[in-house]
Amino acid sequence: MSVQTIIDNFVKENEADLNTLPDYSGKDFSSDQDVRWCPGCGDYTILKQVQNAMPELGIAKKDIVFISGIGCSSRFPYYMDTFGMHSIHGRAPAIATGLKTSRPDLTVWIITGDGDSLSIGANHFTQLLRRNVNVNLLLFNNEIYGLTKGQYSPASPKGMVTKSTPYGSIDNPFNPLALSLGADGSFVARAMDRDPKHLKEMILRSHKHQGTSMLEIYQNCIVFNDGAFELFTDKKTRPQEAIYLEHEQPLVFGKDNDKGVRLDGLNPEIVQLGDDYSKDDLWVHDEQDSTKAHLLSKFFEHPPNGEGVQFPRPFGVLYAIDRPRYDEGVVAQVQLAKETQGEANLDALLQGNETWVVK
Amino acid sequence: MSTTDQVREDVTIRFAGDSGDGMQLTGSLFTNTTALLGNDLRTLPEFPAEIRAPQGTVPGVSSFQLQFGSTRILTPGDECDALVVMNSAALKANLSLLKKGGTIIANTAGFDKKNLNLAKYPEGINPLEDGSLSEYEVIEIDVNSMVKEAIGDMGLGYKDEDRTKNMFVLGLLYWMYNRPMESTMDFLNQKFGKKNPQIADANIRVLKAGYYYGETAEIFNSRTQITVEQADLEPGTYRNITGNEALVLGLVAAARKSNMPMFLGTYPITPASDVLHGLAKHKKFGITTFQAEDEIAACASAIGASFGGSIGVTSSSGPGIALKGEAIGLAVMLELPLVVLNIQRAGPSTGMPTKTEQADLMQAVYGRNGESPLLIVAPKSPADCFEMAFEAVRISLEHMTPVIFLSDGYIANGSEPWKFPQEKDLVDINVEFEKPRHAEEDAPFMPYKRDDRLVRKWAIPGTAGIEHRVGGLEKEDVTGNVSYDPDNHQKMTNIRRDKRDLVANNIPEQDIDQGNESGDVLILGWGGTYGSIKTVVHQLRKEGMDISHAHLRYINPFPKNLEKLLKGFKQVIVPEINDGQLVRLIRSEFMIPAKPINKVKGRPFGVSELKQEILDLIGEEQAVIS
Repeated sequence: MSVQTIIDNFVKENEADLNTLPDYSGKDFSSDQDVRWCPGCGDYTILKQVQNAMPELGIAKKDIVFISGIGCSSRFPYYMDTFGMHSIHGRAPAIATGLKTSRPDLTVWIITGDGDSLSIGANHFTQLLRRNVNVNLLLFNNEIYGLTKGQYSPASPKGMVTKSTPYGSIDNPFNPLALSLGADGSFVARAMDRDPKHLKEMILRSHKHQGTSMLEIYQNCIVFNDGAFELFTDKKTRPQEAIYLEHEQPLVFGKDNDKGVRLDGLNPEIVQLGDDYSKDDLWVHDEQDSTKAHLLSKFFEHPPNGEGVQFPRPFGVLYAIDRPRYDEGVVAQVQLAKETQGEANLDALLQGNETWVVK
Repeated sequence: MSTTDQVREDVTIRFAGDSGDGMQLTGSLFTNTTALLGNDLRTLPEFPAEIRAPQGTVPGVSSFQLQFGSTRILTPGDECDALVVMNSAALKANLSLLKKGGTIIANTAGFDKKNLNLAKYPEGINPLEDGSLSEYEVIEIDVNSMVKEAIGDMGLGYKDEDRTKNMFVLGLLYWMYNRPMESTMDFLNQKFGKKNPQIADANIRVLKAGYYYGETAEIFNSRTQITVEQADLEPGTYRNITGNEALVLGLVAAARKSNMPMFLGTYPITPASDVLHGLAKHKKFGITTFQAEDEIAACASAIGASFGGSIGVTSSSGPGIALKGEAIGLAVMLELPLVVLNIQRAGPSTGMPTKTEQADLMQAVYGRNGESPLLIVAPKSPADCFEMAFEAVRISLEHMTPVIFLSDGYIANGSEPWKFPQEKDLVDINVEFEKPRHAEEDAPFMPYKRDDRLVRKWAIPGTAGIEHRVGGLEKEDVTGNVSYDPDNHQKMTNIRRDKRDLVANNIPEQDIDQGNESGDVLILGWGGTYGSIKTVVHQLRKEGMDISHAHLRYINPFPKNLEKLLKGFKQVIVPEINDGQLVRLIRSEFMIPAKPINKVKGRPFGVSELKQEILDLIGEEQAVIS
């Protein structure tokens, strides 16, 4: 008898369900639990956009799993009417790797925050990206520890005064996108809570990408770090401070789309569109160009200090390439062994190569 | 068998040399040949933690001890009858383990000025020449030049020639102990034959040279060959097996008998890495191995796989188990199956990675935050690792709870003959997942609803209508929702404890290994001390003492009848390779004045030392009574 797992049978039994995917709405993905984030927390918008995006995935609820670590954002799975696990601090990528590798049929989402995945879980975060496990990771970045009531995080800017840094933080913060690119992430993108339409678009892009999708989401902590991303989220300053990336489109920003980013060799510069420069002179975004993705990730100053050239902060997909996925490789090896090594004969295995008989 | 043969009931030999001299391989090959002859045997490989410690020095010595016999052999032997030393450091490190009058086979090439210096013998002193070995029989052979003579014409480089040295002493010992060379020659042909037939040929020539040297050399004219007859083992087909090999097979068998995929998440650590190496080969049995980035990820990935419906397994040794602690606690809270393998080594901290110890029992029982009960099993010998690994998987799946499997470096690397079972002899492990539900027709799914054993259902993703959330926060009874209710926490804490205790209904009662069901003295052991205790109790019973031996393989929960059994004895003595851990559990659980015998020297109990300790303890007790 070949090893036919109960899970395989289970999937088969449920195939009928798969074929008749219900006509979901966002509400169908809302669990019966009361949402308990602080009023006005950016997490609410993200939850809503994830719930709104779910019906568009074309995946049955039963095949979706949300796995989180610890922190405010990590309560997220409790509010999704899918399978979910609220696990331990920093380890969601490792749990998701075990789940996805053993169950490639599932759609797995990791919910994490800047504390969860950039300090205690930074190892797992980078290893996940390196392996390129086919999961989606939503990094809720609020640049603060909220659940423990207001200590600085590895994403907090230098000089930030918090409960644990009364004289200002002297820690150099992580640049999450540069870190992700450095770890060979195959999909690296950024969105913000205050632009729900773009956020939903990015959530759907994350799902569509095969491999680890790393979507950083700027999320306002109304209690401990209110306004951290105001420059990008405020409608007045956003046009100057944020730039939305689109594949094969020139890098244009500004109040009336009057500015652009141009490349002089590999040196980016901001130019005024009009007499001297037209859109044709600008840097055209290419999601598959890793060198340029690195350049874009460096459009990151904390806080914008007004010295030197002030590049706008990029939002959208910085980088997306197709490369082999760890979970698929694992499954292929197991499959190959089953196909080429003959029947899995337990008696032969127990017997080994050399035996003797005692009479 | 020639007429000059001397027949012996049991023999202990020890191969010792530099880490690069291939002593472990030599020992293993001698072991395999000896097993195939039908002797009972036990082995003790001992090697430094460094891959290549400085050549020629005492810390760089690697040894392999083996006891074999025509009677039941349960330990690798206290002192050896014959000691092979490939250099002077090996002699220095091992001489104390040789019986007075025992045989030393010394490679004189390893006793030149350079080697004597490296072994830190005083200037001008050569133990082979200064009369200090007069109490032993010393056989001096220049193995290096023997090798040169045997294969010098083959045109191999110096390194390749030098690497065959161990085959010379192996051949010589095969002659001394009357063993055939075929199995070793087969091995050499298999290992080198295809890729490098010249190397296989060279090794075989040197092996034979060693054998024929024994047969013809004048030095052996006065000696006789030694024969050890086939042991009187239970009839059946046997193979030789180490603890870690048996553990791997036990896991594969459990995966098969439960008809479940298995997922090992692990991180390399001595002496547990062989579990990964072993399982990684068995993909066709539906086994996935994942070498994680660290111990925590290793355990976490196994939990993720278990959530998805695989048998989640993680393997390590003490330091790694310490790192996994929080994740194991998560598995306790989630009430998911998880098998945690701890191949114990000497601690604390990094301790002595290649040396054995049983000092992680308290860590297994208590080593997590909060009240976090789980199951613990412990194999008693290398071959028993098969059955207990199978049992670990069985009770983990049947009770939806983590199980810690406590092996140790001694049984993991040691080997013994194993009367292996057949697939049909093994019990089926029944696993039932929660079935799909229809929202309109069925009652809502309650993830923490339990059966009469307090076990919740395994509800895996991919199953329609039972979408639910689990997590490390306290669960409300039945619904599994997050709850901070004081009474609920009390209730759930009690449930998790009672659930653990109820497993006692699903494990065998404790038996007496040897001796009466009640009486004067009970020696209670667990894990790798089995062989030493059994041998000592056997001897003491032969000498007329009322003494019994029970060996625990299920520690958490204890077998149901253990209390009654313990209370049937006037004295309970608990020998352990730690500073007193099971003895404390026994005292606190059953309120009996159990006495400890403890040792932590990185080695198993010697039979004679354990016997003396037991006699001393019993003597003290009798002195108090009279």
